Amino acid sequence: MLTLYGTSVSSRLLLGTARYPSPAILADAVRASKTGIVTVSLRRETAGSRTGGAFFELIRTLGVRVLPNTAGCHTVSEAVLTAKMAREVFATDWIKLEVIGNHDTLQPDVFALVEAARILSDEGFKVFPYTTDDLVVAERLLEAGCQVLMPWCAPIGSAMGPVNLRALSSMRASFPDVPLIVDAGIGRPSHAATVMELGFDAVLLNTAVAGAGDPAAMAAAFAGAIEAGRTAFHAGMLEPRDMAVPSTPVIGKAVFS
Amino acid sequence: MKLTINGEDHQTDISVLSDLLVSLDFEGDWLATAVNGELVHRDDRPNFALSDRDRVEILSPMQGG
Repeated sequence: MLTLYGTSVSSRLLLGTARYPSPAILADAVRASKTGIVTVSLRRETAGSRTGGAFFELIRTLGVRVLPNTAGCHTVSEAVLTAKMAREVFATDWIKLEVIGNHDTLQPDVFALVEAARILSDEGFKVFPYTTDDLVVAERLLEAGCQVLMPWCAPIGSAMGPVNLRALSSMRASFPDVPLIVDAGIGRPSHAATVMELGFDAVLLNTAVAGAGDPAAMAAAFAGAIEAGRTAFHAGMLEPRDMAVPSTPVIGKAVFS
Repeated sequence: MKLTINGEDHQTDISVLSDLLVSLDFEGDWLATAVNGELVHRDDRPNFALSDRDRVEILSPMQGG
């Protein structure tokens, strides 16, 4: 079973809660995914509005653990303050740390990320850093106190799927004992299965499910793909080869001419 | 005094953070507050004195990825 900061997690799918057509469809997708962890965020409240409270109540009824994020933060100070406010609201010391460095690709600012991760770890947060597949950055994040790494496999919301499988493989090989969660860029269940076959521990998704024609059905499809990929990783897959090998034994084959 | 609340200018005579929230109809145990870039815990709001030109942030849960 997957363990994140000492907490056992039954599902290897983490699901985002944004961009669903309606709260009811979000709830259906969460249930269909069988996830135990959903990501949430914080935004400025409007006077007299109760929408934040209604959303929070919906999440509470789903019985899942929340992983608040610092989405939209571009500086260390913004991310650290947002994390503290999220801890106040959601009563959890888990934080998905995002510090964005590029507007077009939403690539993390890895320098600010490491600095913010150190500050938050020192303050008792359990940091889930949204990072790249850079091994040196990964090392720095671990030194800063992170016990989980969440590399992208493609830009957020791009649905491209893993664009650099070799880099992901290197990351897996370099950190065999660190929980690695692919976060961002997954578009299809086959993408999720692929990274799970590489030995990644879990996948965090949002747009691929929320933007599907039938989000609940897609959530179930991803759950199946992630489980299949994990099982295959442990089952021992064949290495590709150039030439054919007959699968049917040729010994005892009839000769008709 | 003048306050900036969630990026908008407000003129008010209220000088305690918890009173400000009530007066502006911000209610609920799901809110988080910060003043001038520092978190103000829920329990500290009744004792938190606001000053002219303070920047108040009031955040609430929302969907996220």
